[in-house]
Amino acid sequence: MTTNTNSQSQSLQDEDLLKQGKIPVIFKVLSFAVLMVFVFTGIANLLPQVEGQAPKDIKVDLGALTMETYIAMGETLFSGKGTCTLCHNNLGRAPDILALNMEETAVERLSVEDYKGDAKNSEQYFLESMVDPSKYVVPGYGKAGEPSPMPTIDKAPIGLTQIEMGAIIAFLQAKDGGEPTVDLPTDAPAVEETVATTEPPKPAANAEEVLLKNGCTACHAVLDSPSTIGPNLKDIGARSSREEIRESIINPAAVIAEGFPPIMPANFADKMMVKELEMVVDFLVASEDSTQTDAPKETEMKGE
Amino acid sequence: MLPNNSLVTAHFVSSIEEQSPSQSGVILHRSMQFMLALIIILSALMLVPDYAWSSDSAVATEAVAEELTDNKPAPVMGPRDYRQIGSMSSRSFVWVIAQLHLFLAAFVLAVPLFVTVIEWIGVKTGDQRYDDMAHEFMKVSMTAYSLTALFGGTLAFSLFLLYPTFMGYMMEVFGNQVMVYALLFFLESGVLYVYYYSWYALRYGNKKYVHLTLGVLLNGVGTTLLFVANAWATFMMAPSGVDDAGVVTGGIWDIMRGPLWNPVNLHRFVANIAFGGAIVGAYAGYKMLSARTMEQRAHYDWMGYTSNFIAVLAFLPLPFAGYWLMAEIYAYSQQMGITAMGGILAWLFIVQAVLIGTILLAANYYLWNGMSRCEGSGRYTWLIKFIAVTLVVSFLIWVTPHTLILSAQEIATLGGSHHPLLGPFGIMPAKNIAVNLMLIGTFLSFQLYRRSDKVITVPWANFGNALMVAIYLVAIANVIFLGVYYGYFTNTVYKVGSSVAQVISTLIVIVSGVVIDTMMFKGAKTLPVKWGQISNRGVYALFALPIAFTWLMALMGYVRSSVRTHWHVYTVMKDNSVDNFIPNIGHAGNMMTVATISFLALVLFIFWVASLGDTKQAKPVSVPAQNPAQ
Ligand code: HEC
Ligand code: HEC
Repeated sequence: MTTNTNSQSQSLQDEDLLKQGKIPVIFKVLSFAVLMVFVFTGIANLLPQVEGQAPKDIKVDLGALTMETYIAMGETLFSGKGTCTLCHNNLGRAPDILALNMEETAVERLSVEDYKGDAKNSEQYFLESMVDPSKYVVPGYGKAGEPSPMPTIDKAPIGLTQIEMGAIIAFLQAKDGGEPTVDLPTDAPAVEETVATTEPPKPAANAEEVLLKNGCTACHAVLDSPSTIGPNLKDIGARSSREEIRESIINPAAVIAEGFPPIMPANFADKMMVKELEMVVDFLVASEDSTQTDAPKETEMKGE
Repeated sequence: MLPNNSLVTAHFVSSIEEQSPSQSGVILHRSMQFMLALIIILSALMLVPDYAWSSDSAVATEAVAEELTDNKPAPVMGPRDYRQIGSMSSRSFVWVIAQLHLFLAAFVLAVPLFVTVIEWIGVKTGDQRYDDMAHEFMKVSMTAYSLTALFGGTLAFSLFLLYPTFMGYMMEVFGNQVMVYALLFFLESGVLYVYYYSWYALRYGNKKYVHLTLGVLLNGVGTTLLFVANAWATFMMAPSGVDDAGVVTGGIWDIMRGPLWNPVNLHRFVANIAFGGAIVGAYAGYKMLSARTMEQRAHYDWMGYTSNFIAVLAFLPLPFAGYWLMAEIYAYSQQMGITAMGGILAWLFIVQAVLIGTILLAANYYLWNGMSRCEGSGRYTWLIKFIAVTLVVSFLIWVTPHTLILSAQEIATLGGSHHPLLGPFGIMPAKNIAVNLMLIGTFLSFQLYRRSDKVITVPWANFGNALMVAIYLVAIANVIFLGVYYGYFTNTVYKVGSSVAQVISTLIVIVSGVVIDTMMFKGAKTLPVKWGQISNRGVYALFALPIAFTWLMALMGYVRSSVRTHWHVYTVMKDNSVDNFIPNIGHAGNMMTVATISFLALVLFIFWVASLGDTKQAKPVSVPAQNPAQ
């Protein structure tokens, strides 16, 4: 073997290098690898933990809307669904709308010579900035001759509705003490359009709310309702599996419970948010006792 | 001759002399059949996407009718369009499976790339060792190949099961292109098996060139395969060839050639090589640590060094490929760019810095330790402590967050799915200085290593050295000056410009270093290199590298995928599933760890199977005794 042909000092060193130790190599290497992975994982867990929720659409009662709540809705949209603060902040990516007096800014923009847009007042200017940002690009932003870096707000991915943009305009006009000129939306658009509320958009807080909101109590014995039009749901968890319950709500026609007419509305899947559906299913799975009048308690939202 | 009396030695010998199909052949044949069956099922599945999922006939006829007119908008997703396995999160499930498939795919696409190059080097230099090494690399990647297909099949099944409507839409958009993919997969398998199993049949003379051609063909098919699959991911990020509603308006070429396709192609191609190199490096490292003889140790030391060299070489241009990708993302949608670099995902770049720092430190550590292989290295060891200090200080600057100590509460109050809390890290001046100094330091380590076994004899040696030192000094001064001056004393627009100038300084060091060295090494006296003479501790760098790479790949893949926020197909198809939010970093990190550890387990299996083929059971002694012929 080569070791024999080498010099004395060399072969000693060779033996040292070849020494395997008591712990098998595989364990040493594995522990080293796992340790490294855990260090990386640890770092990821030490950083600030924030979830980026997708914007949620919730219906708002237009009849009850006041200018005050409309402005508040605009403010929420500005940092929420509109994602305006992503760019409009103090990092120099876009004009710092929250710090600027926007009423004055609008007047200033409309008076400069190379303003080529069609707006005549601040309301129109704000709207134009949102739906056609390249009409006028504030000097110092974007590249000359190219479209504005500002996205078109009424298109995907942001996709605000007319009503929502109106709320933002109201907010921009009011935030520095001005009087909003936008009209309050009436419930004229009978379209199934979804509008953000003044609260941070959220699904129903718990399963009870979903059940009430969707009128399940009208037909089912559930919560405080004694109705017998549909099957009693207080003990459904004992009768049906999670999958069956989910299916019964999404697609009631699939299996008709014996002795009942097939009248359960089929559109709950479209009306409910996914999280709401999951809450109701969780709630019903846990409802195993028909004598119990109180709702089972552990129906809080998973992530909250 | 090498003695043949121990199993371990037999292992080493057989890797050189293996001429006949061994046990590994049997295993491979079996897995090949398995895989083929799977691909057939998979392809069949892809043929029937539209009809299989529509349960009532009205919808089915509608689908047929619309198929003909070819203009269906992307479906609006409701609860009916998602399924779950038990109460397991569909996203988490698909996340891990997809990640494992991608790890394996990256590995099996990368190995043939550098194997063909190594094989070619072997032909050019006439050094048999290269050929043997290339063959051994291929052997390792063969088992990985079937596993890749298995995970690919599982991924496809789970996507169709859990996201049927989404997959239906993707099939509608990509149409027959997916069958091209399946076809390429057949071709890839065919060429791969012929390439591997004909290694010794086509070994010398002109036949070797036939074999090399097969290698080139294999890589051509593999790379095409990668690009075809990339189009799916980049379409989801930046759809092209469809209108605002998702109605297909262009041909398949318009759909594939979106703005992000080529940047992702380049980035994945290069990253795969680095990744593949790192993994086979770990294989060599492991074999080296468990070697029983000095020859074995020397063989695997050399193999580990070469793999590491490939990995680091491929790794160095990656930041530039990443820069291009990011620039294209900003050009496509500033909003998407800011979401990645300055919004909620920005913190991930801190983790990225830790990982890249780990990789660079490990690479340097390995080179420094490897200097003990050459007696001539004593001339340079004094420099190492300076490089080490520079690297560590730069590393610390790099991982220091820009906006320190914002609590999760504060971030949450900033609202929305995007948070304007961090400056764009990519153009942070202090960090740019740090990154460039780390790259320069790494190159210096590499250059010293290369010089340690040489005595330069060209008459202008002193001048050459002085020139090299001058280039280093000017470049370092330039990097620091540009960073400080433009970073802190002028406005944002110039920051981007200065970072480009810094990168150019770094590149000049690398290019001129290679050129000057090549010229100076002409006629240089080479000192003996004693392969195997590296401390065992140094070998652990070979494990640090792939672990960090694997985790890094999981991380960056996650960022790439997450910039879509709550969209399946950005701006076209909303994600309305329960999982349509961006999870917090801790959760994401845990998912990456699950994927990485599972991959680790698979890699162990792959290595074990590869060495199984070399293990020959000793013939029981009793058998010859009972043999009448004896
Ligand atoms: C991707 C970054 C980005 C997002 C998101 C964004 N903007 Fe902008 N916005 C800009 C840039 C850049 C400018 C300056 C260039 C221009 O005038 O087009 C601008 C300009 C404006 C202006 C004109 C400001 C002035 O000083 O005259 C208004 C008003 C505006 N944006 C409102 C909004 C609103 C409201 C939202 C959210 C619904 C929003 N922006 C979202 C980047 C963005
Ligand atoms: C218009 C009356 C009506 C309303 C409103 C209604 N249901 Fe029903 N539901 C029925 C009827 C009738 C049946 C039995 C026939 C069937 O299975 O479709 C039923 C069946 C069910 C079942 C299956 C019960 C079993 O024993 O198999 C579940 C679960 C259920 N409903 C849940 C709900 C929920 C949750 C809501 C509210 C979102 C709701 N239902 C609203 C009438 C209604």
